[in-house]
Order: sequence, then structure tokens, then C-alpha cells
Amino acid sequence: MATRSLLAPKVDIPKPVYSGLGIASVAVILALWCLLSYGGLVRSDFLATPGEVLAAGWERILDGSLWENTRASLTVILLGFLFASILAVPLGILMGSFKAIEAVVEPITGFMRYIPVSALIPLLILWIGIGIEQKIMVIFLGTFFQQLILISDVSSRVSKDLIDCSYTLGATRRQVVWRVLLPACMPGVMDNLRVTMGWAWTYLVVAELVAANSGLGYMILNAMRGLFTDVILLGVFTIGILGLLTDTIFKLLRRWLLPWSADF
Amino acid sequence: MLELTDLTVRFTPKRKPAVLALDNVSLTVEDNQFSVIVGPSGCGKSTLLRLVAGLQEQTSGTMLLDGQPIEGPSAERGMVFQSYTLFPWLTVRDNVMFGPKLKGLGAKEAGRIADDLLDSVGLAQFAASYPKELSGGMRQRVALARALANDPKILLMDEPFGALDSQTRQLMQELLLDIWQKHRKTVLFITHDIDEAIFLGDVVHVMSARPGRFKESLPVDIPRPRTMEALTSEAFMGLKRRILGLMHEEAVKAAG
Repeated sequence: MATRSLLAPKVDIPKPVYSGLGIASVAVILALWCLLSYGGLVRSDFLATPGEVLAAGWERILDGSLWENTRASLTVILLGFLFASILAVPLGILMGSFKAIEAVVEPITGFMRYIPVSALIPLLILWIGIGIEQKIMVIFLGTFFQQLILISDVSSRVSKDLIDCSYTLGATRRQVVWRVLLPACMPGVMDNLRVTMGWAWTYLVVAELVAANSGLGYMILNAMRGLFTDVILLGVFTIGILGLLTDTIFKLLRRWLLPWSADF
Repeated sequence: MLELTDLTVRFTPKRKPAVLALDNVSLTVEDNQFSVIVGPSGCGKSTLLRLVAGLQEQTSGTMLLDGQPIEGPSAERGMVFQSYTLFPWLTVRDNVMFGPKLKGLGAKEAGRIADDLLDSVGLAQFAASYPKELSGGMRQRVALARALANDPKILLMDEPFGALDSQTRQLMQELLLDIWQKHRKTVLFITHDIDEAIFLGDVVHVMSARPGRFKESLPVDIPRPRTMEALTSEAFMGLKRRILGLMHEEAVKAAG
């Protein structure tokens, strides 16, 4: 019986039980929120009710501002993430497999990944101003160095036997890089892009901290001044849902682009 | 013909004493011969095979294949590894076509070679599958087909069945002999399994514990085609006793 218990480690549980537990956890939090807000246990300027958040959302959908803010944020996130990925993927793969490149890139990366992006904002303003470029740059800096480390790790884990085997099949060094190393890295690259996309979302408010006039982060910061907790929560939920959406897209993309890879 | 003369390999790791992996090893493998090297783990037999494959360099000594010095890896020395080395992003058929295509063969010609070989390893119906869908034994059969697709002068096998269960391993040995009888390749096969060595080989070279040296080379006078029955024959048992004795001495030396 020990292995059938919900409490046994690493044992599968029936699917209905699994989804049931998931739904229950969300329901409990919703119920708690309702209790605290509708029940009057927390003052309304500290915590808006679910109804108020929905109303605030509906109002902003109708006047188009929610979409406008979402569009602005998506532009910043996607561009920052795209530029970071375009550079980090090839550089990371090379860094993980070529010692010379590792030696050049490693010290800077090792240093930069510990710098909080928010600490760089004053410099960014000084150097590139307060336009959208500055916001894109925040996302870029927040994701690029993390991606570099993760992808270089993927590349360094590609089995040496796979590389050696390719040589014995007659591949040249260049062919080994293009036809073996690169495809072998793809599943790990996709996984880490998915993870860092999640991190990119977490930099959104930081990116829209300075001189923004639209965006979900801006919407939240702006609502903070008037203690509009309904709008703050609306912004939080919107970011959460968009994050979940991009995560799902990455998951599907991996399944579609890399049907050969063993683990999803 | 493969001629290895006075091969020595010395590893000099940082902050550790130097290791003599191979000490003045010489070996000749005749054309079309199935040569097996058997030895205790860590004796340097894999190092020797990697030298022949061109994946590693000797400290001193010479290696000649058909009179030409061996320098670096080449498609004329195909290798099957113990670990699974199929390219997971290629189908079984594309895996086998990998070598021929690198050589510049057209898709049609490479495909014909692949289909023939997949047929002979009994995996024609899996041509369109990805490696993740195959069992361990099937993967090694594809790896064998892929190495043969280059029509190498010599086939190097580094404990290719080491990760398989014993039933599958037995079937793989029979399949390998079957294919070898057809293609008549020169084979240099490494194992620590004495039964496997005798069952497969024309000659079994027994290696000593580190530093690796050849202790003795024993011709296997068991007629081919060999079947499972060969495993219990008088000749087999006699050879096995000899090799076990030699290996035991080495194990004691290595442990002591």
C-alpha cells in the first residue's frame, strides 16, 4: 500500500485527482480572496474585490486602454527577448563547446549576471535616453546573460561520443558544428528560451519604471499612486495570463519543431 | 592490414602523477580478420581503439592501415560506440545515410545503401522512425549499419553490446557474425566478456592490467558459421579456461 499513497515520493497519482488538486488550490485562493474582501476583513483600499477587478477590466477593455497597454508591453518584452535570444543562442552554443570562446565571454558573463538590472537604469537613461530603446534594453540585459549561461551549459553537455562518432563517419570540424552540435543543442535551447521568457516578464515593471506612458507595468505603477488596488490586480492578472500564454506557445512550438526529442 | 608498432600512450594530468595507459603495444590485424581484444577494465583497450580511430594521439609508436599512416579520424575507420550515438534528430534511414551523404553521394544513392543495410540488420520497417522509438539493441543495430554505410576498411567496435541485457546481447552477436560473413570486413572488437570474445573472434588478444600490454594472442579454432552450440563445445571451454586464467592473474595484479 505504501506505493499507492498520495504521500509516497515519485509515485504517479490518478489524473482526476491531479487536476482536482490543481483546481482546488486555485479555488481556495479565490475563496480566501472573496472572504477577505467581501467579508470586510481587509479594508477596500488595501484589497479590491474580485467583482471590482472584473469591472475595472471590463471598463478598460471597452475603452481600449487594456489592449493598448498590453500591446505596448508585448512590444517591449518580445523585442528585448528576441534580440537577447538571437545573440545568446549562437554565442552560448559556441561558448559551451569552444574553450577559447568560453575564456573570452565567461568573465564578463559571470560578473554581469549578478548585477540587478534596476541598478543599471540610471546609466541606461544617460546612454540611450528614455524611449522604448531603454525599456527594450532592460529586458535584453535581464535575459541575455542568463540565457548565455544556460545555453552554454546545454552545449557543453552534448555527448562527446556523439561528436567523436561524427568524426569517424567522416565529418569535418565545420560539419560537426553545423550538423551535429547545433541540432543536438536544440531541445535544451528551446527549454531555456521558455524559462527565460518567463523571467523576461518579471522585468516588465522595472522596464516601465522610467518615463513610460503606456504598458502594463506603467498601468500598475500609475494605479499605485491612487491606491487603485483593482487596477493593480488587473495588471498583475493580465501579466500572469500573458506569461502563461507565451509559456504554452513555447511548449507547443517545441513539440511541433522538435518531434524527435525524447522528453517534453 | 592494420599494423600497430610500439604504441605508447602516457597521460599527464595536472597535479597528478602521469599514467602509462599503453606500454609499447604492437598488434597486427590481417585483412578480413575478426580480431577481439579482451582485458580487465582500465587496461587501456579503449584507448587503443580510440588511437586507431584517430580520436586520440599516441605518445610514441606508429600506426599503419594498408601501409598508410593513421592521422586523425576518417570514414575509412568506422566505429561503433558502447553508448548510444545515433543522431536523435534524424530518422533511422537518415542516420545510416549520414556518412554517404557527407562523402557527397546523392540522396538516391545514399538511400539505396541505407535501405540495403537496414534490410540486413532487420530494421527495414523502422526506416522512418526516430531513435527514441527504438530499443537499445535496435539502436546498436542501426549504429552498425551506419558505420558499414561508409564501406570502411576496418570496423572498430568498443564494447558495442556492453549496455544490453544478456539475451539481446547474444542475438546481437549472432547478427554481427551474420553480417560480417556477408561483408567480410576487417573488425577490431573490444570487450571484457570472455564468452563474447571467443564466440566472435578469429583471434583473441588478451591484454594485461595497466600499463596495457598484450599478454597473449590465442587463435580461435572453432569452425564458422558458429551457433549457440559452439558456446558449450570442448574447444570453447578449453580456450575460456586459458583466458580466464590469464585474466585472473591480471585481476590479482591489478587489485594487489
